[in-house]
Amino acid sequence: MNKIKHFFRQSWLLIVASFLFGLLIAVTNAGLSPRIEQNKINKRNRLVGGLLPEAKNFVALDAPVEIESARGRKENVEVYKAMSEAGQCVGWSFNASGSGFADKIELVVAVDAAFEKIAGFDVLSSNETPGFGDQIKYDYYRSQYKGAPASELKLVSIGDPKEIDSKIVAITGATVSSEAVVEIVSRFVTQVKEQMQKKGIIGNVKQQ
Amino acid sequence: MSNSSEAKPALYSQTLLAGLWRENPTMRLLLGMCPTLAVTAAVKPALTMGCCVIFVLVCSNIIVSLMRNLLKPHLRILMFTLTIAAFVTIADLLLKAYQPDMSETLGPYVPLIIVNCIIICRAEACASKNGLVISIIDAVGMGVGFTVTLCVLASIRELLATGAIFEIQMLPLVKDGGWFVKWAAMGMPVGAFITLGLMLGLVNIVTGKKA
Repeated sequence: MNKIKHFFRQSWLLIVASFLFGLLIAVTNAGLSPRIEQNKINKRNRLVGGLLPEAKNFVALDAPVEIESARGRKENVEVYKAMSEAGQCVGWSFNASGSGFADKIELVVAVDAAFEKIAGFDVLSSNETPGFGDQIKYDYYRSQYKGAPASELKLVSIGDPKEIDSKIVAITGATVSSEAVVEIVSRFVTQVKEQMQKKGIIGNVKQQ
Repeated sequence: MSNSSEAKPALYSQTLLAGLWRENPTMRLLLGMCPTLAVTAAVKPALTMGCCVIFVLVCSNIIVSLMRNLLKPHLRILMFTLTIAAFVTIADLLLKAYQPDMSETLGPYVPLIIVNCIIICRAEACASKNGLVISIIDAVGMGVGFTVTLCVLASIRELLATGAIFEIQMLPLVKDGGWFVKWAAMGMPVGAFITLGLMLGLVNIVTGKKA
């Protein structure tokens, strides 16, 4: 009994403070979480809206699509259906990530309604070398993906960046970053497409 | 601590100024080096980090000062960390809600304020031994001292790395017909180490301290 008394005499402040701080954080979180969620939605809408200009609304698929990462691990991908104002499907978007030169690269990828052409990608977060690898964010590199076939892409060192096909011209001095983006986009696009075809979500887009 | 009424304003201003220069946490005490090196590639994230640290520092100093007589010596560090962690979590949530872009730029460095030595040092050295007013003044002085240092360091780095300060173009870039070539290394970790080293050297020269 004395031991328990001693324990509480020593630690009552810690116990009380833990509860109070916990309560404080819970209240703050409850107050701010709708705003934080809205910020996330706004950001995705802004980025994907730039890639799919007709998209006004995004609806998440009921179940995430499961794909395999470069190391063979299973990953869940949340796929969003982009809807036009009239309620028609104008494309699909999902987040894709993989290792870059310095750090993880996170992208948001958009494809057209039939999942045949890539509508483009934008960088959510990356830490590539300023002046070299971070050119993956620039329009001249990103524009090569706009309209490229939604299948395996290939990186080439010489070519015409303006020509839209499955060949992506690398950024001079940043082969690793260029390759990383090609790898991430190819891997996600092909696997998400395959999984969605299996589930029967695409291929009968018009009826939806 | 003197309790006479004339000595108080002098003590207050002394406490405030200590954080700004004499005991500047970054330049003189070399505390909080992790954010100093990590978030000073541009002024905006540096300023945001500084404001977060001021918020956490003031709040934790207030709480620690209020409960200083209740603290058990062997549990005090635990209490400090608990207090700091609570306010850092709140600062992180506020940032995510009202400055989402900055929150993403700063990434893990906001939660890492929990282990920022400046805050735990002020809780231990000042707030746990002094009254409420002194603790708040000390927190403001130290916080502002930290923020100003971070912003100076970030201005130098951002100017050399991009030719801009606070995203406002200062130097004419070559691609726009000017003369300034971006010095990308200054925006990378190496730029942080070099600039910080030179700034510390300068401060040592100014204060006449032999290295």
